[in-house]
Amino acid sequence: MRYIPNSTQERELMLREMGLRSVDQLFQGIPENLRLKQPLQITRALAETEALSHFRQLAEMNETPVTGRRMTSFLGAGAYYHFIPTIIDTLISRSEFYTSYTPYQAEISQGTLQAIFEFQSMICELTGMDVSNASLYDGSTAMAEAVLMAERVTGRTKVAMAGNVHPEYAEVVDTYIRNAGISRVTLPFDAETGGVSPSALHELDSETAAVIVQSPNFFGGIEELQRIADAAHRVGALFVVVVAEAMSLGLLQAPGRSGADIVCGETQSFGIPISFGGSFCGFFATREKYQRQIPGRLVGMAHDDQGRAGFVLTLATREQHIRREKATSNICTNQGLYALMSTIYLSTLGRNGVREVAEQNLQKAHYAAKQIAAIKGYGLRFAGNFFNEFVVSTPYSAGKLLRQLQDHGIVGGLELARFFPEMSKDILVCVTETTTREQIDQLVATLQSIGS
Amino acid sequence: MIKKVSTHINQNEGLIFERSRPGRVGYRLPELDVEAVPAENLIDSRLLRDDSLAGLPEVSEVDVVRHFTRISTWNYAVDLGMYPLGSCTMKYNPKLNERVSRFDGFAAAHPYTPDELAQGNLRLLWDLEQALSQITGLDAVSLQPAAGAQGEMTGLMTIRRCLEHRGNARKYVIIPDSAHGTNPASAAICGYEVRTIKSGPDGSVDLENLKSVLDADVAALMLTNPSTLGMFEEKIEQICELVHAAGGLVYMDGANMNALVGVTRPGDMGVDVIHLNLHKTFSTPHGGGGPGAGPIAVTKELEPFLPFPRVAREKKADGTELWRLDYDRPQSIGRVRAFHGNFSVLVRALCYIVSLGPDGLRLATESAVLNANYIAHHLRDDYEVAYSGKPMHEVVFNDKRQQEHGVHTLDIAKRLIDYGFHPMTVYFPLIVPGAIMIEPTESEGREEIDLFIDALKSIAREVRENPDLVKKAPHSTRIGRLDEATAARKPILRWKPAASAASGVK
Repeated sequence: MRYIPNSTQERELMLREMGLRSVDQLFQGIPENLRLKQPLQITRALAETEALSHFRQLAEMNETPVTGRRMTSFLGAGAYYHFIPTIIDTLISRSEFYTSYTPYQAEISQGTLQAIFEFQSMICELTGMDVSNASLYDGSTAMAEAVLMAERVTGRTKVAMAGNVHPEYAEVVDTYIRNAGISRVTLPFDAETGGVSPSALHELDSETAAVIVQSPNFFGGIEELQRIADAAHRVGALFVVVVAEAMSLGLLQAPGRSGADIVCGETQSFGIPISFGGSFCGFFATREKYQRQIPGRLVGMAHDDQGRAGFVLTLATREQHIRREKATSNICTNQGLYALMSTIYLSTLGRNGVREVAEQNLQKAHYAAKQIAAIKGYGLRFAGNFFNEFVVSTPYSAGKLLRQLQDHGIVGGLELARFFPEMSKDILVCVTETTTREQIDQLVATLQSIGS
Repeated sequence: MIKKVSTHINQNEGLIFERSRPGRVGYRLPELDVEAVPAENLIDSRLLRDDSLAGLPEVSEVDVVRHFTRISTWNYAVDLGMYPLGSCTMKYNPKLNERVSRFDGFAAAHPYTPDELAQGNLRLLWDLEQALSQITGLDAVSLQPAAGAQGEMTGLMTIRRCLEHRGNARKYVIIPDSAHGTNPASAAICGYEVRTIKSGPDGSVDLENLKSVLDADVAALMLTNPSTLGMFEEKIEQICELVHAAGGLVYMDGANMNALVGVTRPGDMGVDVIHLNLHKTFSTPHGGGGPGAGPIAVTKELEPFLPFPRVAREKKADGTELWRLDYDRPQSIGRVRAFHGNFSVLVRALCYIVSLGPDGLRLATESAVLNANYIAHHLRDDYEVAYSGKPMHEVVFNDKRQQEHGVHTLDIAKRLIDYGFHPMTVYFPLIVPGAIMIEPTESEGREEIDLFIDALKSIAREVRENPDLVKKAPHSTRIGRLDEATAARKPILRWKPAASAASGVK
């Protein structure tokens, strides 16, 4: 076996040196009746060439923008196709990054620690917050952790969550709070704008721990954050803003400047392949006064006795390995390597690039929306401001229409009835900087041809 | 004598922000191919940023590559040598897995791709579920949990759902005092209180202790097997029977499953739920702290409660097979993560399993256990073994003998760095004062292990002859031991641009 250095002879020598005859003697602690008498019933070992062709075959069974029929995709909804600079994979493929462990031993983990410190700094800058953690599993679990933290901070057990957050994020929150003694109410969205309904905010009461909105929301619309923040703060609740499309931060007002107490979400748009929805990378930022309530790992600056600066994992007394059942979260492993990918992305694009990419998203999405809305029978479901996603109302059953588009090599977007049964004719369409005008025009022409 | 390493030139490097120079560019986008309309004409200008993102750098591609390459060289890594972290299982990360996980058809698949266009991915998930089910001897697998701790939470929620279904969710989870801190933290999230039981004199579960806390309020026993002391629970069957007889379920923390694969199966022991750390047992990279993946395997009784969606296989009339995602799971605990888990990690794990096959997986287990026992055998004259018994994949010593010279576990760990090794796990499990926990894994050849043994023997000698040398270690790193107390008291958690740098890093 090529991954096991010692040869059969070497293993035998080692056994003999220990006064043992066979390797079975090492397993005497396992009762005889529990020891497997036959090999595991799994596929025989594949040679490297066989494994390569097996997985290549599986990969090519997928119809993606670059395999199979090379589908043009207008899917977004929490997972986005963005340009990824080549150097990200080059750099994270360095063994020193991807084959290292969580940086508990600071003296020989400074590379990882410094990169995380840079990640935390960049997240603070983008969100307008004081403190960012070292990452969480993904956007949905980051949102769940925000709910749990709001309960810790306020001592209240009810949260109000917008009805237009990502439905799968909401499902994850429900799973996390079910046994935590926290209940949630839904803030309905306005039928005309798709944004959080202003009248819903009157329903908030002094038992509310947090008001949680996503912006851009699941329909792509940009929320009026300050207005919601004011309503939340009036009843003493924390205001949590979730950002599933982080690219929007290149252009849109930092939630921290609009009254947010926690800003969390997903950094996949910053340099992480879409990869069937994972691995992704959650982020979590808050105000300084709450830094000892934050879930997950934090990296801080420290000095040695010669005054040399370096970085360490810090404020560990919040964490499970010290506090056990009283920890701020059960999280241990996070998404270190993927936080590094986003850090490299943000370094490469920089302050101007992030804005430029965000602007291209905005302009192309608005071009597409305008063209599609001009087709007879089609329109935009909501009237509000949007970033790179929008809901198209169609004259047909969305499912059937999408299958027809598929026959033309186009994945036209997400069938919203999947989450909102009443929106049976609606499609969520996403356009990014990777979408070409030609592809948009092709979508429009195909939609027209289907109607005629 | 330090044999494994010598010092060499090491590049200095500041923060990426310090490299920033106005006008530098690291990217080039295609020309905008639609009309360039100013942003404020498309959305209300009050929704736009009113700052210039001054805290992001302006650097060239070369700057980025130099920066991250330089800081990477300050890390230790498995590809540089043995990483003897007990319980963390730092084994070799095969390069084939890396290559395969990056195949276009995987990397470019959107999670909402219609099932019929994502057959390769669904089949892959199905195959991995089948393999893990076979390896654990349990009936059904969920690949959704993103890491071990989330697997624990998911498994306990599944147990809770099952007990609710039986009529009573119950109140307590029993956890031995040797357990990993995530166990009690996960139980707390699931609404359970923790009953801690003391480990017996040999470090295993004391049946009398267990009986004394088992009653009709106990939902589950959460047990790491082999224990965090590296020893198999010889009475595991009786333990499971006792818990089941009391109406509870058994959760096995599978963090140490790499000591068992191909040799014995949790399902055959009576375990109801187990989580697997794919980044330990199944060779996926730790990545400096993730991503991992923490699938759970469960019995048939618990299957209806697993997170949705589940991968389903259908046979069509013409005999061909079709895989699809099944969302219609009314008894499910719900979702624990958006989309389908850490897919790119799952690809690597399956590639590892098919590359080793049944014989290779067993050989990996045997080699890991052999290597650990070999270390135990050679170091027991120099360090005190924490618990007598038969160690499996890891061995735990303590610092009792070294303390006589004023040297503690942490000092030994730091001195090991000077010898070219990453430190072992320190001060865990908590029931061993001054724990020194060593796990070599199967990835180490004899000469690397011998170097490691020599290093620890040499340090034991230094402790006797020159304890200060050990207490002030490391001596060869870029920085010395950092003042963690001050860092925690006055946290500096981010860099700030100069204009607002008053409280940040200059």
